[in-house]
Formats: sequence, C-alpha cells, structure tokens
Amino acid sequence: MSDSATIVKSRPEFRNINAFSDLPSYRLPAAGWVSILHRISGVIMFVLLPFIIWMFDTSISSEISFARFKGAFNIGMLGLPGVIYKLIALALVWAFLHHFCAGVRHLWSDTHHKAVTKQSGKKSATATLGISIGLTFVLGAKLFGLY
Amino acid sequence: MAVNYGTKRNVVGAHYGTRDWLAQRITASLMAAFTLLVLGQIMLTKGAIGYDKWAGAFSSQWMKVLTFTIIVAMVYHIWVGMRDICMDYVKPVAIRLGLQVFTIVWLTACAAWSVQVLWRL
Repeated sequence: MSDSATIVKSRPEFRNINAFSDLPSYRLPAAGWVSILHRISGVIMFVLLPFIIWMFDTSISSEISFARFKGAFNIGMLGLPGVIYKLIALALVWAFLHHFCAGVRHLWSDTHHKAVTKQSGKKSATATLGISIGLTFVLGAKLFGLY
Repeated sequence: MAVNYGTKRNVVGAHYGTRDWLAQRITASLMAAFTLLVLGQIMLTKGAIGYDKWAGAFSSQWMKVLTFTIIVAMVYHIWVGMRDICMDYVKPVAIRLGLQVFTIVWLTACAAWSVQVLWRL
C-alpha cells in the first residue's frame, strides 16, 4: 500500500506550464498543431483585415485604382518593395486556407461520430495540414510568377 | 425534477457557449459557401481576369447585398473567435476588456469601410 503510494507520488507533476521553458519541448500532436494554427491564422487575418479591405477597395473601385493595386505587388508601395506585399499576401493565403480546412474539419467532426476517434482525428489533422500547406505552395508559386 | 423556470429559475448569468458555438458554425458555413460561389464564378470566366470581370462580379445589387451579408457574418465570426482567445489567454480584466473594446471598434471600422467600397461602385 505504502509502496504504491510512493510510486504514484514519484510521477512527474505539471502544476503550471511555463511558456518559455516547457512549450518548446512540448511535442504537439497533429491535431494540436491544427488547433493552435487555427487560432494563429484567425488572428493574422483579423490584424490584416484593413489590408484585405484595401485590396478589395483598390482592385474593384476603378481602372486607375486597379493599376495601383497591381503596382503595389509588382513595383512596391510606401517605400517598400513589391515582394514584401507578395509575402503578406502569401501569409494571408496560408491563413485563409488553413482556417478554411480546419473549419471544415470541425464541421465534419461535429456531424460525424466516426470522425472523433483518436485515429481519424489524427488522420484528418494531417490531411488539413497537408492540403493547406500544399495549396499554399501551389498558389504561392503562381503569386511569385513561377508558372 | 426541480423547477428551473419563471421566478424559480436558477440565475447564474452564464451562457455556456452553445449560442457562440452554433453562431460560429453557421457564419462559417455561409462564408465557405460564398467563397466557393466567388471562386466558381471566377473559374468559369474565360480568359484572363482583368478589372472588368473582377468588378463586374460585384456590380449587381444582389451580389452587393449578399457580400454585405457575408461581411456581417464574418464580423460576428471574428468577434466570437477573438473573444474566445481573449478569455483563454488574457487574464487581467482591464487588459481583456481593453482588447475586446479594441476588437469591436476595429471590426466596426472595417465593416463600415467595406460597405462604402461595395456601394460606391
């Protein structure tokens, strides 16, 4: 009795997580990565919302503003080269794709009982990461004129 | 079963999140459907997408009304998400309240701008 009590006590206890010392060594499963990236991608789009509306505004208002819209990415704007704006757009492309795929995954597990097992959760999480990163590469290559 | 309605209702002030959960799903589904609609419209267009075709896609009144509805859904969706993040990570009440007020102001300003863009066309 006393032996088993000491064994239980000797197990490591994590009372509180120190973000700086514990999080880097914490191995997150695929579903955990999908989850935290779902939040991060959401915040990225929230912060860049004015840029998104600026793109909508300039691309749609007139021929002249459409030229300014294209110029920001091809030439640059506000003293920054075009490649900076392309990188911001690429970050938005990834954020949208990841948020979209992770959201569909949520809807899928809300409506399908089979989807919430440990195995299929891992499978759908891996698929989410694979599809969103893969499509980001495809669209990023187009954005940077590789094809 | 104990009576838990009317004057006997046990008032706890909590919403338990079902409304937010449902709202998040419904607004997300609307936005996803809209995304596929716009994407389909662009992919069905023949030739390069220039200014005319892009602006043309948003020129009809029904498309403006639909886009506006999606923007409202998006603002609500962002509010629920940002509030969740604030509640999870920001514990000091003053900073959390400040961030939530900032979120509301930010979203209102962005919504106003996009409405102006839509109906100026």
